Parts: sequence; structure tokens; C-alpha cells
Amino acid sequence: MAETATAVPTRRDFLYIATGAVGAVGVAAAVWPFINQMNPDASALALASTEVDISALQPGDTLTVKWRGKPVVVRNRTQKEIDEAKSVALTDLKDPVARNANLQLDAPATDANRAAPGKENWFVMVNVCTHLGCIPLGQQGEFGGWFCPCHGSHYDTAGRIRGGPAPENMAVPVYSFVSDTKIKIG
Amino acid sequence: MSGPSTYQPQNAFLKWFEARLPIGGLIHSSFVVFPNPRNLNYWWTFGGILAFMLVAQIITGVVLVMHYTPHTSLAFTSVEGIMRDVNYGWLLRYLHANGASMFFVAVYVHIFRGLYYGSYKAPREVLWILGMIIFLLMMATGFMGYVLPWGQMSFWGATVITNLFSAIPIVGETIVTWLWGGFAVDNPTLNRFFSLHYLLPFMIVGVVGLHIWALHIPGSNNPTGVSVKSSQDTLPFHPYFTVKDAFGLVVFLIVYMWFVFYLPNFMGHADNYTPANPLVTPAHIVPEWYFLPFYAILRSVPDKLGGVIAMFGAIAVLFVVPWLDTSKVRSANFRPLYRQFFWILVIVSIGLGYLGSRPAEGGYVIASRILTIYYFAHFLVILPLLGLFEKPKPLPASITESVLGKGAANVTVGAPAAPQTK
Amino acid sequence: MMKSLSEKIARFGLVIALGVASATLVAGPASAAEGEAHAATPHYPIVKPPQEPWSFAGVFGRFDTAQLQRGYQIYKEVCASCHSMNLVSFRNLGQPGGPHFSEAQVKALAETFQVQDGPNDVGDMFERAARPSDRFPAPFPNPEAAAASNNGKAPPDLSLMGKARAVERGFPWFVLDIFTQYQEGGPDYIHGLLTGYKEPPEGVKIGTGLHYNVGFGSGSAIAMAPPLSDGQVTYTDGTPETVDQYSRDVSAFLMWTAEPHLDARKRIGFQVIIFLIVFAGLLYLAKRKIWANVAH
Repeated sequence: MAETATAVPTRRDFLYIATGAVGAVGVAAAVWPFINQMNPDASALALASTEVDISALQPGDTLTVKWRGKPVVVRNRTQKEIDEAKSVALTDLKDPVARNANLQLDAPATDANRAAPGKENWFVMVNVCTHLGCIPLGQQGEFGGWFCPCHGSHYDTAGRIRGGPAPENMAVPVYSFVSDTKIKIG
Repeated sequence: MSGPSTYQPQNAFLKWFEARLPIGGLIHSSFVVFPNPRNLNYWWTFGGILAFMLVAQIITGVVLVMHYTPHTSLAFTSVEGIMRDVNYGWLLRYLHANGASMFFVAVYVHIFRGLYYGSYKAPREVLWILGMIIFLLMMATGFMGYVLPWGQMSFWGATVITNLFSAIPIVGETIVTWLWGGFAVDNPTLNRFFSLHYLLPFMIVGVVGLHIWALHIPGSNNPTGVSVKSSQDTLPFHPYFTVKDAFGLVVFLIVYMWFVFYLPNFMGHADNYTPANPLVTPAHIVPEWYFLPFYAILRSVPDKLGGVIAMFGAIAVLFVVPWLDTSKVRSANFRPLYRQFFWILVIVSIGLGYLGSRPAEGGYVIASRILTIYYFAHFLVILPLLGLFEKPKPLPASITESVLGKGAANVTVGAPAAPQTK
Repeated sequence: MMKSLSEKIARFGLVIALGVASATLVAGPASAAEGEAHAATPHYPIVKPPQEPWSFAGVFGRFDTAQLQRGYQIYKEVCASCHSMNLVSFRNLGQPGGPHFSEAQVKALAETFQVQDGPNDVGDMFERAARPSDRFPAPFPNPEAAAASNNGKAPPDLSLMGKARAVERGFPWFVLDIFTQYQEGGPDYIHGLLTGYKEPPEGVKIGTGLHYNVGFGSGSAIAMAPPLSDGQVTYTDGTPETVDQYSRDVSAFLMWTAEPHLDARKRIGFQVIIFLIVFAGLLYLAKRKIWANVAH
């Protein structure tokens, strides 16, 4: 009969803290696979690059390809479009940053920083409105570039936001010229 | 669920909330101060383990559905996409597939614990029947889940099991066609099984709620089978049984993880890694291991309808166990004869499981017949007669006496238990 | 009086049950085997494949990268002409815990295959060199064509062969397997099959277009002609060029295609089990402490 009434053990006890901490670590580690499973899977990541043949594009022609589930436009711009884009002062731009994944994050949104390096007629862009993700229509709107029919955003011939609710220039994806007639996107 | 709550909210917001929805008091009285018999052994941790497995199966299942496609032409490849491409997909699928097996391991332990300690007897008959309903729902869920990967065993398992209903006279064929949504197991069947496989676990959750409610009316049975008589007989659920359940659960998890990481396909069947082919039956069809005893009973009867009746009867008989057992004593610890017959039943059930995995030929069939007859005899003959002939050992006067020995009942023991209301 | 009677009943029951149970376990299989001898349905394979010492067996098992690369070579040069591998992509060949070819090698390996793509601008399908993101192209457009070119039997897809075949274990081995974690029945079977081509014993008739094989699981003869012969494939790393070695390498490769995350699984599993043992130990101590002053 060594029984005596004892209080419920205190939580401050080191053993309980250690047990609880180890349990918490275990739960945290177990949660990760359940979160990570929603990230793009290996097959989606493997499709992250695509090659496009642009040999048939005349000035004024646009090719649209699907990349990562989004439309990417490759446009052979006319001289008029290039001149218009170049003539815009940076101070007139709503978004002065290039949004070009091939450049520094803070590169200014000059036409040279938007178009293909050394090939100013070639223009590659993710054709998704930065407002709420609709697909803007090409060669329309007040600036002859792109116009988003959903909420009325106007982009210029270098895909830069000039009017309407969209906050940013449309994104330029990572791409490179594999040859003079082939672009690898992604 | 255990009388007026003693829960005192700590801060103003909780007080405000508790006055409007007293859920804190419900949790407090059900899982914090709830009085449990102090002598519960580790076999009683399986209730908590089962609750954990139910939640784990639902979580892994919901996540798998994010990547699974219920269509005959895509189901198999989408499961393989989970195994190959989805981040940790192989882990999630193996957790779910082996989790089903471990769920059944735990439920069989839980059922046999109930049979050993007489947990089905008054006043716990409804508790027991609700448990049996959960068991039935689990079997339906497990079966439909096994169909979803759309491998050879999925397809042929579905074909064989749905064909059981064709044994019903007159309307059998109509029912089977209705179940299939066609003239064979096909895309409509897969789609409805997927829908039901997603639904049934939530029905299980509902019945588990009732099961716990029905448990908290009389409180847990205990290894002596003697009812709780005073607050000395009990300890509050927390921290005593939370920590004990947690320890039991983690030991169980070690076994579960051993299968997930080192034997992930041990419980499965190689043929299910071959896509379903309606034109070729695998040489040897077996259901998942947890159906094998019932499958053996099905095959032991050389008649289609008779076999189906025997198989469903084997489950149905469990529902009426509270009324088949005529003994006044609950626990087998005090029933020398029943205790032996209990272990015979365990051996017979395992034997039936083994026979269910063997081909239906030669000595296997004869052995299944003998064991099937014994299985039914246990419930329909031995249980009713034992209560009449058996002379039980003397019962302790109380749980406290069984723990501390005679004369201890007057000594103040242990930690203060929650207010005793039963 | 009553007690002794009831005890006798119980003893009797126990004896019967144990007798039946042991009859089940001992006499059951024996009488089944006896039945087989009379009815002409022997169990296949004729020779049960032995347990091979795979590098990926056991708790610390890992795939042997060099072996998987050789196994890929066998698949490419021998198997791929008839067997598809629909679920595997070229990019998988660069996976760590797999053959682990470099990115450039994977690209080069993919380009040795042609895959169908399209439709192009004018709506035609066209052939192009495979890219790493492509799956292995099937050698035949559909199972019917595969069967028509192969004596009426379509060669099965090999993606999951390492798990879609198994060795029948039987009692008590399947219980012991839980502790030894034997999961290599698939590669054991494949190795047994590839090395199982023998001259048929006298008096055994083999159908036309079939080949006697003691390792085949569904009969005594298989439609596949012996695919491997000594010296058939040239290894660059000095590994013996024998049928036995080829067969081991391709069996290991097919285990990898069936279970590409095996290495990660076993690695993470070890960490998880160690963690749980530590956690269980702590919980046990905590439980002892909480219950220390309470009789139960």
C-alpha cells in the first residue's frame, strides 16, 4: 500500500517537453509530403522546355505555342512596331521594369530589354494578362500591341502595360536561339 | 457525454464562445476528464489506433484523389503516375494501400478483444452493433478501393464479388447488371465504385461518432469485466490514457511503417501490377488478405447460393453475439472454458484465412469445411451452452480490489478521478 | 463434478481445433500436392527460382548504378525490339537512384529513338527524334500488331515486370518474409525465366513456336525464343558477357523501372523507423512517469 495521492505531473517536466517536441518534429516532417505532392510533378517539370521553328514567320506574323500550359507568342515585329516601341520614354510606362526572365530583376523596360537580344524584330512573350490571367488579343487596343478583352488593359507593341487595370508588363519567358530559325523556350 | 461539464474556459473569448457553443466542455468531458477504468491494458489502445487510421486513410485518400483519374483507360496509368512522377506520390500511395491493411489488423484485434473480455454484453450491445456496422462499411470501402487501380486483381476481384449477388434467386442477375451499369465490370462500375469509395469513409466517421457516444454512456469495459463502482476504479482520460494510447499508437506505427517502407507490396498481389484485361483471368484469384476467412467460408459450400449465405451469415452472426452468449460473466479471465474456446476460435479464424489463400482443391476444401462448421458452431452452439454449463471463477468485488488486492477498497488510491456519474 | 465435466468438454474442443488446425497446415498442402500428382496440373514454374543476392535487397539495399546502365543496354539492344516500356520516360534514365546517366547522355540516348508527334500545321502526324520528356515508344502500334508479329502472343509491357511477377512463397516462408523483408520475387522470377531455357526432358512434347522453359510461371513452354546468348551484347566495363550476367543486369533494370523510387524509399524508411523507435521510447518513459504512483 505505497499508494499516496499525487498531483497530476507538471507539464514543465523535461521528459514531457522532450516527448512533445519530438512528436511535434515528427508531425511537421510528416506534413511535408502532403504539401509537396501539390507542386508540379516530375512529368510537368520535364515539359518545361519546348523548341519552336520560326523559319516561316514573315514580319507581322505571330506564332502561338503552348508552354507550361500557357500561350507564348513569338512575333516577327514590323519596323513600324519596333519604332513605336522604341520611341516611348521610360517615364511614360506604368511599369518601368522589363519583366524579362533572361535579364536582371530590375532591368528597365526599354524595348531592347523586351525584344530578343540583337534581333529586335523578334519578340517572345507569355501572352497572359498580368491583371487576372486572361489572354489579351494581339494587334489591338490604343497602342497597337495587345488588348485584354476581360477588363480592358492596353499593352504596347513590346507587351508593356500602358492603360487599364493590369499592374505589370507581360512576362518574357526564359528562351534562347538554338539556331537562326529555332527558339528554345524554357 | 459524461454528465455536467466541469470545464472552465480560461479567457474571455473562450467564455463567450462556450456560452454559445459548448464544444470545449464536450471535448473536456469526453477526452480530458472522462473516467476510464484504471486497469485497462494495451489491448484497449486499439480504439485510439483505429481512430488514427481512419483519419490517416481519409487524408492520404483525399490527397491521392488529386492525382487519380477514374476511367478505365487512365486509372492504371494515373496510379503509376502517382508512383513515378508525383512528389512523394509513391509514399502516399503505399501509406494508403498498406494503411488499409493495418486498419483491418487493428479492427480484428479490436473485435477479438471485445470477444475475449465480453465487451458486447449488456449494457454495451448497441455499442457492439455499431462497431459491426463500421466493420461492414470498412469491408465495402476496402473492396471498392482495391478496384480503383484497375489492375488484373482489381478487375477480377470486382467481377467475382459483384457476381455474388447473382446467387440471389430470380432478381440476382438484374441486381448484378444494375451494380455494374452494364453487362460486365466496366467504366460505369469503376466510376460508381470511386464515388462510393470516397463517400463511405465519411459515413464511417459518422458511425464512429455514434460508436464513441454509445461507449461514453456506460464507459469502457475492462479486463475484469466488473462494472465501475466508484471513482476509485477510474482515472481521468488525460493524461493517463492519452499517453498510454499514444505509446500504443507509436508502436503500431513502427509496424505500419515497416510495411510501407520495406514490404510495400507484401499485402498486395503481383497481378495487380498488370493492367486490367477483361479477356484474361489470372490463374489464381484471391481477395485482399482481410477477406480471406470469409472467402474460405464462401468456397467451402459447394452451392452458389449456399456459399453466399454462409459468407454473409459469418458476419451476420457477429451482430447477435450479445444474445448468443448466455453467460453472466463478461471477461474470459474468469471463464476457464470460454477462454479456451476463444483461443480455438482465433486459431480457426487464422486457419480459415490461410485456406482462403490456397487453391480450392483437395485437402484444402475439406479443411475449410471443417473449420467453417466449427466457426458457426462456436457462435451458435458453444456460446449459448457454455453460459449454462460453465462455472466461472470468483469475480473481484471491484476493479480497485482486482488491482490492489482485497481490503484495498477503503484506502485512498491514485490520482483524483473525474466526478463519477455512472 | 460439473467442473470436471465442463473441463473435459473444453479439452475435447481444444484437441479437435488444434487437430484441425494442424491438419490444415500440414496435411492440407500435402494432400493438395498429392491431388496435383494425379490431376495433370503441376505447379509452375517447374524450377522455383532461388533467392538471388540483389544489391537492392534488404533494409540497406540500393540499386547498383553500373548494373542498371548495363541493364538498360540489354533492354535497348535485346528486349526493346519486341517489348514496350510504356510507363518509363527517357528522363527517368537520368534519375538519381536509377541508371543516373548525365543530362547530355540522356538526351543522346533519347535521340536514338523516333517517336510520333503532331499534328503539325497541316494536320499530319510526323516522326521526330525523342526528347528526354518523351516516354519510350512501343515497338508495335497496338497489342494486335504485336501479337501478329510474335506468333500470336503479344510480348508484355516491361515497365512493371519487376513487380508484376512473383515467386510463390508458401507457409512458413511468407511469415518469415515479413522479418527478412523479402520483396525481390519479381527479379528472381525474371532471372529464373531468362536462364530457364533447357532441352525438354524426354517424352515432353513442346508445341510449335514454343520453347521449353523451367522458369516460366504459366506453363512448361513459353512463346518467347531464348533472347540472350553468351557474348551477344558488348559491355564496355569488363563485366562478363554471359547469359547469366546479362539476365541479372536486365532483371535489376526491370526492378528499377517497376520501382524507380526504391532507393529513396529505403533511405527515408530507415530514418522514419529510427525516429519512431526513439519517440516510442520517450513516450514509454513519459507513460511510466505519469503512471508511476498509480496502481493499475
